[in-house]
Amino acid sequence: MNFYSDNEALKFHLNHPQMKKCVDMKERDYADKDKYDYAPQDFEDAMDSYEKVMEIIGDISANVLDVNAEEVDHEGPQVIDGHVKYARGTQENHDVLTRAGVYGLALPRKYDGLNFSIVPYVMAAEIVSRGDAGFANIWGLQDCAETIAEFASEEIKAEFLPLIHQGKTCSMDLTEPDAGSDLQAVQLKATYDEAKGMWLLNGVKRFITNGDADIKLVLARSEEGTNDGRGLSYFVHDRRWGGFVVRRIENKLGIKGSPTCELVFTNAPAKLVGERKLGLIKYVMALMNGARLGVGAQSVGLSEAAYRAALKYANEREQFGKKIIQFPAVYQMLALMKAKLDASRSVLYETSRAVDLSKSYASLVNEGVKLTPEQRAEMKLYQRNADMLTPILKMFSSEYANQNTYDAIQVHGGTGFMKDFPVERMYRDARILTIYEGTSQLQVVAAIRHVLNGNASKLIESYEAEAVRPEFAALRDKLKAMHAMLNKAVEDVKGAGNEELVDFHARRLVEMAGYTILGNLVLLDAERNADMFAKSAEVFIRHGESIAKGHAEFIASFDAGKIGCYKD
Amino acid sequence: MSFRIVVLAKQVPDTRNVGKDAMKEDGTINRAALPAIYNPEDLNALEMAIQMKEKIEGAEIIVLTMGPGRAAEVVRESMYRGADGGFVVSDMKFAGADTLATSYTLSMALRKLAPFDVVLCGRQAIDGDTAQVGPQTAEKLALPQVTYAESLVSVDAKSVTIRRRLERGVETMKAPLPCLITVGSSAKECRPRHAVRVMTYKYAATPSEMAASTDERRKAKVAADKRLQIGEWTANDLAAEPERLGLAGSPTKVKKIDNVVLVHKEAKSMDTSDKSINELMQELLASHIIG
Repeated sequence: MNFYSDNEALKFHLNHPQMKKCVDMKERDYADKDKYDYAPQDFEDAMDSYEKVMEIIGDISANVLDVNAEEVDHEGPQVIDGHVKYARGTQENHDVLTRAGVYGLALPRKYDGLNFSIVPYVMAAEIVSRGDAGFANIWGLQDCAETIAEFASEEIKAEFLPLIHQGKTCSMDLTEPDAGSDLQAVQLKATYDEAKGMWLLNGVKRFITNGDADIKLVLARSEEGTNDGRGLSYFVHDRRWGGFVVRRIENKLGIKGSPTCELVFTNAPAKLVGERKLGLIKYVMALMNGARLGVGAQSVGLSEAAYRAALKYANEREQFGKKIIQFPAVYQMLALMKAKLDASRSVLYETSRAVDLSKSYASLVNEGVKLTPEQRAEMKLYQRNADMLTPILKMFSSEYANQNTYDAIQVHGGTGFMKDFPVERMYRDARILTIYEGTSQLQVVAAIRHVLNGNASKLIESYEAEAVRPEFAALRDKLKAMHAMLNKAVEDVKGAGNEELVDFHARRLVEMAGYTILGNLVLLDAERNADMFAKSAEVFIRHGESIAKGHAEFIASFDAGKIGCYKD
Repeated sequence: MSFRIVVLAKQVPDTRNVGKDAMKEDGTINRAALPAIYNPEDLNALEMAIQMKEKIEGAEIIVLTMGPGRAAEVVRESMYRGADGGFVVSDMKFAGADTLATSYTLSMALRKLAPFDVVLCGRQAIDGDTAQVGPQTAEKLALPQVTYAESLVSVDAKSVTIRRRLERGVETMKAPLPCLITVGSSAKECRPRHAVRVMTYKYAATPSEMAASTDERRKAKVAADKRLQIGEWTANDLAAEPERLGLAGSPTKVKKIDNVVLVHKEAKSMDTSDKSINELMQELLASHIIG
């Protein structure tokens, strides 16, 4: 088994036409080829390496992670003497991936990374997540290295980044008992110790995924007397420096292999990342966007696993003398699962490409390269699309992972409720996805601006400008009608001049925009490969249309005076 | 210090998950229906070789495989996991070889690779299941042999200590070098491909593969980098006696192959009454199938 090569859709997305640009920009005229014998010579060489490395990850995900997942779910991690001991399978997963040399996939080669584009990096996370969605956290936290690479001093980069390829793990320590969604309330204290030439951290962090990691990025209050986000800075801590203990780990509903820790810092030495006071405002926001992309990948991987389990069971189980997949009630459930899976994967890689290109431009700018006006405009466009698509991706894919794992149990019937099949674990693992790295409600807050100011509409127009074959004309018309409904709803809500009404309808508006964007993406996928995606395009666009119409009707007929009925 | 480890590896049809197309009408293996894979126990041997290499500075691993041209895949796969290079021993004259002719051919190839310090191979291949090639090769080269190896205890320039898995337990044995070791499936599984190694060695090729390739970039890359050149030896290169090769050198003759069809014997039907079930339980307990 191989979770990359058994999935044609992955190859399809990895070979998107825009990848040429992504790889060319990432590899900068393939200049590394003279310095590193594993660096690509050209685009084709790079793509070939991407595929070969995805195959390694697909192999390990299928033959190690997936095999260990059930045992890891039962066993879970433990705390021994203030430190975490992973479940046996978790440790094995991590060790095998380390020995395969795949940690540090997106880091520059000079830090022992593979310098891959964000697209295969995200794909790796999707594949890992199909094997074990809980383990995907430990894998995915190498994202912290991206933040170090982007914002830390050369000294810190040289000290920490090569550790990633060696298998050192990371955590991002943000949340505290009184600072969850509202990170401005973070209280953990950082004070500078002149004698040691280091910052010292004191306080408590809570709900920290993989909290006993080797490398920790910690958000802390460095400016005494402040109360908001402007007093927070970002620090890096090496576990070998000592100074923190794991007080307990949480007993959770799902992703049980991933240790969620409560940490106590007592004079833990740390180094400042970037500049003081920019911790929350700049660095955490960047890290958070990366993490949301990661949750998108995790969600799609889990959706894939759930869909495959349901499809397999529906093809095997017979009732009333027939395979249950032959019943309309079952086959349409599966078709919708597939459509949601395909749509969420499509927006996952569309977002990844936008993030990739905007990061490549940003690194050019950081190095002092002067961009042409056209390049500047393009950079802005990718940044804007990345900003807009990330929350839409996070919300849709995580909600779909929940719906698909729920439906996967439903297809299994009573059997699915039992521990004998993996779908009940997937269902539990999915539940956190709409919550952490910003709840779905917070994704709406991040996305609504782009819906109200017309950015979403512009993006949709760019999709509509791409030609589709005649047999897709009817679907294209449906999408255009959805677009018009969205624009009207936005105008109506904005026109009412009532801010609470905007917030009240925000989720409906973001969903209308999301269904239109995802619908367009699946249609364009079908245009590139009708055999693979034409059915999903039909199913998804019909589904999205019915929801968009419902939301449009709700908004059109809603009387703002009735908001009170929704309040206590 | 140079320390040469040679791994004998074979490309085999994957007989572990056979479907109904696995055998042809005439009772021979339908190779087209079975994917070609790295013989599983040879992968265990490769892992042990990599462990030795990690313990001895300057050690190198050379993979030797006998088979058709496409067996070069085995050498590349080995390089992805930790080998430094390898040779494909390939010639129409080798076709139809039994274990005697195979071990002769491999021993002649090994002579060309001398001086070596250790030869490692899997206990047996999943297509033939004879477990004879390793021991026969050692005999032909007058090498001491350690069979059924399970783990490497230690290795230095002069000796190796190996734990063997035997039917009724384990045995730890120290052997002088050079020697030949056959490794069983209870040994540590081979590590995965390493991403950097895959990217470094993916273009590695034999001269025949290069001749058949239309990829100019690959050709240039291989020509410029010795590490990417997989060696290729024919019967001539080995200075082998022709009558000891292939079918001619194989005293084993297959007389007949029977397809085994498993059928139920002594089927027994029973009803669902408590009495019947109770009797069945008694019977199973009495025959020690359960309990």
